[in-house]
Amino acid sequence: MTDLDLPEVPELTGRPLVDLLEGFIRELREAGIPASLTENLDAMQAVKHIPLEDREAFKYALGATLVKSNAHWRAFETVFEVYFSLRGRQFAIGDDAEEAPGEDDEDGAQGEMPGQGGMQGSGSGDALSPEELAEMLYRALMEGDDAMLRALARQAVKRYAGMEPGRPVGGTYYLYRTLRNLDLDNMLERMMANAREESPGPLTGLEERLERDEFESRIEQLKKEIEAEIRRRLVMDRGVEAMAKTLRKPLPEDVDFMHASREEMASLRKAIYPLTRKLAVRLARKRRHGRKGPLDFRNTVRHSLSYGGVPAEPKFRYPRPAKPEIFVIADISGSVAAFARFTLHLVYAISNQFSKVRAFVFIDGIDEVTRFFEGVEDIGHAVHRVNTEADVVWVDGHSDYGHAFEVFFNKWGKDIGPKTTVLILGDARNNYHATQSWVLKEIRHKARHLYWLNPEPASYWNTGDSVVGEYGIHCDGVEECRNLRQLERFVDKLV
Amino acid sequence: MAFRFDSVQDVRDRLRKVDYLSDEGIAGVVYLADRLGKPILVEGPAGTGKTQLAKSVAEMTGSRLIRLQCYEGLDESKALYEWNYKKQLLRIQAERDAEQSWDDISSNIFGEDFLLTRPLLEAIRADDPVVLLIDEVDRVEIETEALLLEILSDYQVSIPELGTITAKQIPLVFLTSNNTRELSEALKRRCLFLHIDYPDMDREKDIVLTKVPEVTEALADQIARIVRSIRQLELKKSPSVSETLDWARTLLLLGIEQVDEQAATSTINILLKYQSDIAKAMREFASDKDGKRAGFPKIAP
Repeated sequence: MTDLDLPEVPELTGRPLVDLLEGFIRELREAGIPASLTENLDAMQAVKHIPLEDREAFKYALGATLVKSNAHWRAFETVFEVYFSLRGRQFAIGDDAEEAPGEDDEDGAQGEMPGQGGMQGSGSGDALSPEELAEMLYRALMEGDDAMLRALARQAVKRYAGMEPGRPVGGTYYLYRTLRNLDLDNMLERMMANAREESPGPLTGLEERLERDEFESRIEQLKKEIEAEIRRRLVMDRGVEAMAKTLRKPLPEDVDFMHASREEMASLRKAIYPLTRKLAVRLARKRRHGRKGPLDFRNTVRHSLSYGGVPAEPKFRYPRPAKPEIFVIADISGSVAAFARFTLHLVYAISNQFSKVRAFVFIDGIDEVTRFFEGVEDIGHAVHRVNTEADVVWVDGHSDYGHAFEVFFNKWGKDIGPKTTVLILGDARNNYHATQSWVLKEIRHKARHLYWLNPEPASYWNTGDSVVGEYGIHCDGVEECRNLRQLERFVDKLV
Repeated sequence: MAFRFDSVQDVRDRLRKVDYLSDEGIAGVVYLADRLGKPILVEGPAGTGKTQLAKSVAEMTGSRLIRLQCYEGLDESKALYEWNYKKQLLRIQAERDAEQSWDDISSNIFGEDFLLTRPLLEAIRADDPVVLLIDEVDRVEIETEALLLEILSDYQVSIPELGTITAKQIPLVFLTSNNTRELSEALKRRCLFLHIDYPDMDREKDIVLTKVPEVTEALADQIARIVRSIRQLELKKSPSVSETLDWARTLLLLGIEQVDEQAATSTINILLKYQSDIAKAMREFASDKDGKRAGFPKIAP
């Protein structure tokens, strides 16, 4: 697949490609990727230099010109899949989905292509019994045969997903149905058993682990193929724009803490480390830079002695902004636990910006968890321990802000001084207990600042059993903090 | 203008010849950069070969590599150009007695002879083919970034006393960033973006085999697998490619043909640099006997 047999700059079929790219870029923007006009033009330029039938190259050409941050790559890939999965080599000729029933991969080892509706195909695959299919899948996984895997993924989707045109069901439902029928967990065990048999001696822990990782990555590959296949069929059924909309995923920094899926959680956890590093660098710089102070008269005179009394070397008084002391009080009951975890992680990761950090967690009882973080290098591990080991249940394990605050104040209230900034994390859903908001009033009186971070959207505040308003009047600020972006902005402001 | 490369595959093959194993993405972006005449902004974790890419491209195209190492406090006089002010002074003094008007002198002392070129200007003025590498661009302050903008978009430098100097040929420009801060939109917009991540297992194996040719195929395979498993753990610092290579060399020196738990344990400090990471990896690999995972849930790849 070289471009040698093509003219130097292939004659684009003008409008269709331009229109297609425009739709694509509009969708990228909808998904939150900031693609500017110049980048748009660059992309148009770039695809002229790429042999159009080379899908990978095409993808990277668009990616390099339009996506300027690694965190956005996944979102880009999804949109790309939706827009171009159907149009393998045909999209240059015409972007009519009807004409392009996915002949893009010649490696469908079974000669099995998804038909137009996906249902009337009658290749050799239909003759397979479920057991045979499972057996072939097993073999393909054992050998790591990618082409075979892809063909089998198609088979599996066709057979098990039960996709019907026009059915208003999301892709995840089909994915679930397909995976349930394939029973991949058992498959993994079977592969492991086989590996154990084949090896001459018993597998050592290390070998066992390596084999497992290898098989898991192959199964992951299979899942991806299945997902792609389902997507391809859905696009065929519903059209590009509709699909792009349903598949739109928030960027990691916009993922809502309270409603993150498991996968999103993982991406969040990955995002937090670079974020803390960035934040630390920025804060350190800030501290170093704001250094314009008034003349230090005393010091200048003292130094003038070495010049015979001539104040040749003026000395300045550099401001040394005091590092605040931070108390974090976090609700770690179910719904807001993720938020508390991230904030604790973030605060501890930049703890050298503070003179002291103390952390307290509560549900209806409250416990100090500073000890878990002391002298620990791995913050993630410490946060994990907080969630499992802290003693936070008093009566029934439902949030009781009032009681928690009261105990906090009686036990640790005396430690709050004029240098202390207190952060309270939670949704203030108090299960209709007494609020004891006088505690916050006292705290504010003693502390330098008192902030409340609420992971709920502001429109939900003070609805149902949320009493954030009642607490809020005693705080210096109540901030909505639903995603990493908002959290980062707040922490920046705090320091 | 003649292009440097024929096709994406051409880039790949030539990079391979200078022992740099690229993948589709890397080769594609380098190819595009040449065709579009745009700089490449390379980002990614430390030790994945960002700087090496620029060096290899320079080597394979037979260009001179001009490198600007960025640091905090980098300024115009270090990056672009500076007037050789001592020389200017000398000149003025030497001609003090000569009857010369100010105009003559000033046109004399603001001439090419008194210009000290710094990497950016040098890359622009070069007659021979050059590759310009602006290393760790995220280290300069956001204000200093503006210095680069003129060069990156128009390949020219404006010097008030001399006028605008335009590039004779468009150099290939690489900017690398470790992503310690967000780069400005203006800078990103002018560049093609390339993220170099840790290589997948097969590429890593190839890299080990290319860079440490004495290693046997089986050992390289094992090394790549172990490194991949380690990278899946949630670590403070995942092992980079260069650390993988160091590890391969170490195993070679120790005469280890087959990595077992013993060997892995005694040499793991080459791969991992934090005590907590080492402890975690040990825990993971030792307590896996009955297929149960200890410790943390890992991130799915």
